[in-house]
Amino acid sequence: MQTMMQQMINGLSLGSIYALLALGYTMVYGIIKLINFAHGDIYMLGAFWGYYAINYLHFGFVGALLSAMVMASLSGVLIEYLAYRPLRNSPRIAALITAIGVSFFLENGMSFLFGANARNFPQVITTKTYYFFGVGISNVQLLILFTSLVLMVLLQFIIKQTTMGKAMRAVAVDPQAAQLVGINPDHVISFTFALGSALAGAAGVMIGLYYNSIDPLMGMVPGIKAFVAAVVGGIGSVPGAAVGGFLIGLLETGVQAIGLSAYKDAAVYLVLILMLVVLPAGLFGKRQREKV
Amino acid sequence: MLKNLRSKLSWLAIMVGGFILINVGVLTGVINTFIENALVTVGINIILAVGLNLIIGFSGQFSLGHAGFMAIGAYATAIVTQNMATPLGFYLAMALGVVIAIVAALIVGVPTLRLRGDYLAIATMGAAEIIRVVINNLKITNGPAGMFNIPPLASWPTVYILMCVTTVVIVNFIHSRAGRAVMAIRDDDIAAESIGINPTKWKLAAFVLGAATAAIGGSLHASYLQTIAPSDFGIMNSISLLIIVVLGGVGSMTGTFVAAIVLGIIDTALQNFGTLRMVIYALALILLMVFKPSGLLGRYELSFGRKRRARKEAASS
Repeated sequence: MQTMMQQMINGLSLGSIYALLALGYTMVYGIIKLINFAHGDIYMLGAFWGYYAINYLHFGFVGALLSAMVMASLSGVLIEYLAYRPLRNSPRIAALITAIGVSFFLENGMSFLFGANARNFPQVITTKTYYFFGVGISNVQLLILFTSLVLMVLLQFIIKQTTMGKAMRAVAVDPQAAQLVGINPDHVISFTFALGSALAGAAGVMIGLYYNSIDPLMGMVPGIKAFVAAVVGGIGSVPGAAVGGFLIGLLETGVQAIGLSAYKDAAVYLVLILMLVVLPAGLFGKRQREKV
Repeated sequence: MLKNLRSKLSWLAIMVGGFILINVGVLTGVINTFIENALVTVGINIILAVGLNLIIGFSGQFSLGHAGFMAIGAYATAIVTQNMATPLGFYLAMALGVVIAIVAALIVGVPTLRLRGDYLAIATMGAAEIIRVVINNLKITNGPAGMFNIPPLASWPTVYILMCVTTVVIVNFIHSRAGRAVMAIRDDDIAAESIGINPTKWKLAAFVLGAATAAIGGSLHASYLQTIAPSDFGIMNSISLLIIVVLGGVGSMTGTFVAAIVLGIIDTALQNFGTLRMVIYALALILLMVFKPSGLLGRYELSFGRKRRARKEAASS
């Protein structure tokens, strides 16, 4: 029972990181139908910014987190402007290849500039572990859970309550009709990238703090798993991405806990395939009827 | 039959000509081991990418799991030829790899080919990753360390001939009734179904044929390089094959050849740049896609039959 609770807590911490990443995927996919392969690398950029901000600019945790979010959203908007916008009306597979190209570029560019080896993330917060009924939870885990929940609530507020959020939902449903009522889709898409990338940047700083190690290729696998989480939750749905992220995190730690850690990635993909076959629209997605 | 004879002979002449050209190059020493290596890599990539182009370009199924089927072929060859290091063993191993890949493609394809577009891509990617994780944990495949000292039974002529054979098989498939059915499903599956084409059956046929050629490519890869590891068959490898297909033009076999050769040249030329190589490669990819989204050749195909027909029409009018 205790081990189970312990794994639950570890799974939730990991899951909230996946959930933050999955939110970015799901928003971008919902609006321009592009699997943004470079999203995992934005998360890496956020982690690296956090590393340099703490080590050289002597920022605290909050400063590093907020500045990483700003930097990540700037790079997200820039990537969208330079690489994805020219391909707005091209076949989707071309945009996808461009996204992969951007991902390669960021990974290898960072390896080239800063070296490919892993480095220790500065521990701005000394880890303390609290015990409740024999279940340990560290302050870093609490911080990750708390910060992610705050960010998710904030995101939900932006999407549901603000004018920009309304415009985002409008463009996601029908870009042409949105244009007719005076929404500039380019602005909305830039804003979507800014929001999603900010969440990824925050996730990057927090994972650095949690795992204590960052490297230029760190975004690849979590990026793909977060995409899986977004698909499981129902792509295009914001609550779905959050729930999907937590589910994938719990599944991964669960499989590890029963001693099959070598197969944890396979388990994630197996769940994905089963999910797609049984419920292709995901947990929270809308089913679309086929019209002849 | 006779009508197409001249175009068929032209193709045969090109294949034989290419073979003689490489042979002369090797004999005179123009093609050293380094260039031969690069050429064989291009050849294997062509085998793999032609199969992937059949799946993506002609049957419209977005598969991101090609490296998984390649891994099956490679490991089947490695395991069998280590116990039976003869040319016969090599071809038996290749056949075994193809059969296992076909079975795997059926298992993966039957449930997932109902999905469309990006969902199918993610599902096939997941399937390929499952294959890789299983190989990573089996005893017979030597786990994450991979297999080495695989007997070198595939030389460049083997790769060249198999490249020609697989391409001819796939191009003939495309030009047959099956190919037309598959393309009809790609363009509009409901319309195709209404004229009596079974979409599931033909999509699966294209997928299985693509997987079989991937196994052949993997088999050659294992035998030529003599070492394989599960990490050689990850998502990135599926993606680099996808890049060849998209760069050449989705739905153009000629484009696949051109792109594989162009990328091979870029790769070889940038060999000395170290980490910068991948940066330049990535930039080249982004720029090519931004300025030429339909790929180098779009849907253009080199065809002697069509050229001759066009000349005849011009002469008669």
